[in-house]
Amino acid sequence: MFGQVIANNLELFVQGYLTTILLSVTAMTAAVAIGSVMASMRVWGGPIPSAVAGFYVEFFRNTPLLIQLFFFAVILAPANLGITRDAVIVAIIGLSIYTGAFATEAIRSGILAVHAGQLEAARSLGLGQLATIRLVVLPQAIRTVIPPLGNVASALVRNSSVAYAIGAREFLFMGLLVQSRTFSPEPYLGILFGYWSLTIPLAFALGRLERRVAFAR
Amino acid sequence: MRLRLALALVGMLVIAACSGDGGATTSPEMSPGASPEMSPEMSPEGSPMAGGPTVSAIQERGTLVCGVKFDVIAFGFRNPTSGEVEGFDADLCREIASEMGVEPEFVEAISANRIPFLLEDRVDVVISTMTRTEERLGQIDFSKIYYLAGQRILVKSDSDYQEVADLVEAGVPVCSGQGSTSEANLRDAGVSEDNLVLFATYSEAAQALLDGRCDAVSTDDSILFGLAAQNDGLEVRGETFTEEPLGIGVKKGKEDLVELINGVLDEMAADGRWVELYDTHIKPYTGEDAPEPPLDM
Repeated sequence: MFGQVIANNLELFVQGYLTTILLSVTAMTAAVAIGSVMASMRVWGGPIPSAVAGFYVEFFRNTPLLIQLFFFAVILAPANLGITRDAVIVAIIGLSIYTGAFATEAIRSGILAVHAGQLEAARSLGLGQLATIRLVVLPQAIRTVIPPLGNVASALVRNSSVAYAIGAREFLFMGLLVQSRTFSPEPYLGILFGYWSLTIPLAFALGRLERRVAFAR
Repeated sequence: MRLRLALALVGMLVIAACSGDGGATTSPEMSPGASPEMSPEMSPEGSPMAGGPTVSAIQERGTLVCGVKFDVIAFGFRNPTSGEVEGFDADLCREIASEMGVEPEFVEAISANRIPFLLEDRVDVVISTMTRTEERLGQIDFSKIYYLAGQRILVKSDSDYQEVADLVEAGVPVCSGQGSTSEANLRDAGVSEDNLVLFATYSEAAQALLDGRCDAVSTDDSILFGLAAQNDGLEVRGETFTEEPLGIGVKKGKEDLVELINGVLDEMAADGRWVELYDTHIKPYTGEDAPEPPLDM
């Protein structure tokens, strides 16, 4: 009967599913934080912060996530930097840094979309650089930024599966584990529909959010 | 105009895809009503012996495709300089291929995909340190046992752990292979699911042990000896806590091929070739003399 294999191993699947949600939520939060800082550095920073942020984006956007995760797994391990040997934590760090590069570009486009007049008005009112960014630019940039950031979030949910290769016990790992123990192809379908059950509601929620914050141009 | 060009391109791609098949995907041809002819002895001129449908198809094709490991020293190891696959498993493939009068062809088969490769006819046989288990016998056929391994643990030389029980008691992460009997045996020995750090290949597991991402690697001692040989500072310890009979895997329904392989193994046990293989590949790492060939275990 279809579904039997999944039902027999439900505990593993559920654990993996929850871990994937954990990876996605924490990494996205961190990515937005990193992205805000890096985007600000690129737009308003002097030559050095701008170059640093630029290098960060170009490097982590243009190299394979899988290799980045392998690298972090080894570097953070006890024999080297000794920060962690938990694959899930390594995955969170790696995914945050990788996704942060994409988030940076999305946020940067949002910042640049804010009319220059806004900045001038804020400065003429006596607001400092940081306050200007925080109170005037970023809130308005949010509107432009939601669609690309939404894509980044959806991609992150799917990319989190790459962490299986470093041994993180997330959803894909669990599905493959059950497949290798039972030789049934059922888990493959389970994995597909599992990820779908995460990305579809996300797309739906983002659609509603976009409509709410949309400019009336 | 553009539509025709597009159709032509698609047509070319389809033709390229169809003709690009490797030898591994052909399946044996069954001639209707044919009964397998088995002549156990080689004919006097030394030409390959006539076989049943599977063997004949392989002979027609001219290659025997073997799924072997590429990263397990002593059994299936691809030499990085020469590109040749070396080891006990690889040499068994060569012996069987020469018996059939065909060339051996090697495909990397990691633990997680070797049985699917067999079932999909991507390989003819799997010789990759695969343990014969009841569960696998339900999926595929096995030849006679060509080696008896046992599961032990591999740790850093300065580690305190001596036995698998120590690892269970300490509740530390243990590395092993995805989809292997080794990880199932570890679970039986008491290692919790969360403490199983599983990788696609044992070389990755050894890397994780060296990094400190786990405190031990556990699998067949045959594989562990190879890992210890490649890395200073790693030791194989502990009593074997399982008995792992290694057999050659064949897809069900190819009885003639299994019979041929068993015939080869029997001959090798009788004429000393099995002991020769052991001395070449295994003895350097175990330091022990060859045991009796475990064929009928």
